[in-house]
Amino acid sequence: MIHDRTSAHLAHLREEAPDAILARIKTELVLPAAEDGYVLVDGPYGELYVAFNDEGISHVRAAATVAGPLAFEAAFVAEVGRGVTVAARPPAGLARALSSGSSRHLRFDLRQLSDFARAVLRTTLEIPAGQVRPYGWVARELGKPGATRAVGTALNRNPVPVLIPCHRVVRSDGTVGEYAFGTPMKETFLAREGVPLRTLAEYGKHGVRFTGSDTTNIFCYPTCHHALRTTDAHLVTFHSEGEALAAGYRPCRVCRPAAQAS
Amino acid sequence: MIPSPDVVKSVQPTDEPGCSFGMSRDHDLTAALARNLDAAFPIFVRRFQSEIFTLVRRAGADRATAEDITAEALLRAYRALRGYRADRIRALRPGPWVVTIALNTWRNEMRRRARRPEAPLVAAAGIPGPGPDPEAAASMAADTEWLAVALAGLPEPQRLAVVLRHVLDMKYRDIAESLSRPEGTVKSDVARGLAALRRVRPMSVEVTP
Repeated sequence: MIHDRTSAHLAHLREEAPDAILARIKTELVLPAAEDGYVLVDGPYGELYVAFNDEGISHVRAAATVAGPLAFEAAFVAEVGRGVTVAARPPAGLARALSSGSSRHLRFDLRQLSDFARAVLRTTLEIPAGQVRPYGWVARELGKPGATRAVGTALNRNPVPVLIPCHRVVRSDGTVGEYAFGTPMKETFLAREGVPLRTLAEYGKHGVRFTGSDTTNIFCYPTCHHALRTTDAHLVTFHSEGEALAAGYRPCRVCRPAAQAS
Repeated sequence: MIPSPDVVKSVQPTDEPGCSFGMSRDHDLTAALARNLDAAFPIFVRRFQSEIFTLVRRAGADRATAEDITAEALLRAYRALRGYRADRIRALRPGPWVVTIALNTWRNEMRRRARRPEAPLVAAAGIPGPGPDPEAAASMAADTEWLAVALAGLPEPQRLAVVLRHVLDMKYRDIAESLSRPEGTVKSDVARGLAALRRVRPMSVEVTP
């Protein structure tokens, strides 16, 4: 069978434009310099584009979700409204944040967001790796216990995923909930951080929302550091804050599972 | 001469890929241009400069002329965008739009030079450098060089149609719009162009079924 190669050969006539063209245009138009720079770095789940300026980190995208550096730059300008250019070096503290799973020492530039959205993300930043909190917890921490839906929206529009761990905010029914990159990816991230997803799903199926220790009489979210350290022999489960309080337990001061002042 | 706004038509956005050298979505690019033109324009240049440069080279220009025309076409695009409202920019399909500007710029330049017969226009049909496999590249280069020469020998309507379709990978509907010719005419120009190229040098390979 003869296969004509003419059109394939034509494709090889593509040429790269000389660098001089962009230089000429920049000279002619006198465009302002970009305030933000960006780097491509290895993240815990793949490569990340990270944009930043003197105020802090401004944008993060998984490289797998954009079609290349030009696509990242275009998305940045479209979303943030500022220019961005390749940076020579990553911002200080980034490598440590990515390897440790904690970004609490990093600065962020989220100036284009509302005060509420910024507050949601700063609260989310507090959730340690390997743990999760429900949307309601974030709302309550902000002093807006009814704003669960708005919290979900703000998290969905998180401009700096992975670094601000919106993947660690889940539904209180034990299911993982939504994620901008899709629920399966959220589950993958959480599983790799060591979150016991199957246990959480089991609890959810039975309406269990808190666990406690019968030695301390303290109740927690099931992934709180203290809850995870409680041995099975001493672990108790609760369906509600009311049930825990009625059993004589008080809320953990670290994970703050209840509205009651600690 | 800056193209007047009604020569460069805006079209409805779609999810189809535009002219592509790899990127399939320009939706963010038009949103970026609408949001902050000066910040987004260098991205626009890097996205399309090789397509335009290739188009003008394969239309027949030498490297220096192609560089001039590419820069001029992109500057015209910038000046046009400065005059558009944000919703018009967001609705643009930037690939076909900038190809139209490039073709107009090319034609203007050709007319200008035709009035000055001492300035030659049609170039040596240079070919791009080799890729990662030198042996295959060498044999490909030999074929490609022949093809570049043969392409330069085609009548302009066929040459442009073949380049837009098979070098720039544009859709027929976009080619028709950029060339201001009916889609049927474009298709037959491509077919005739390819047939002529095959007569010059048949390029085929035996494939075992």
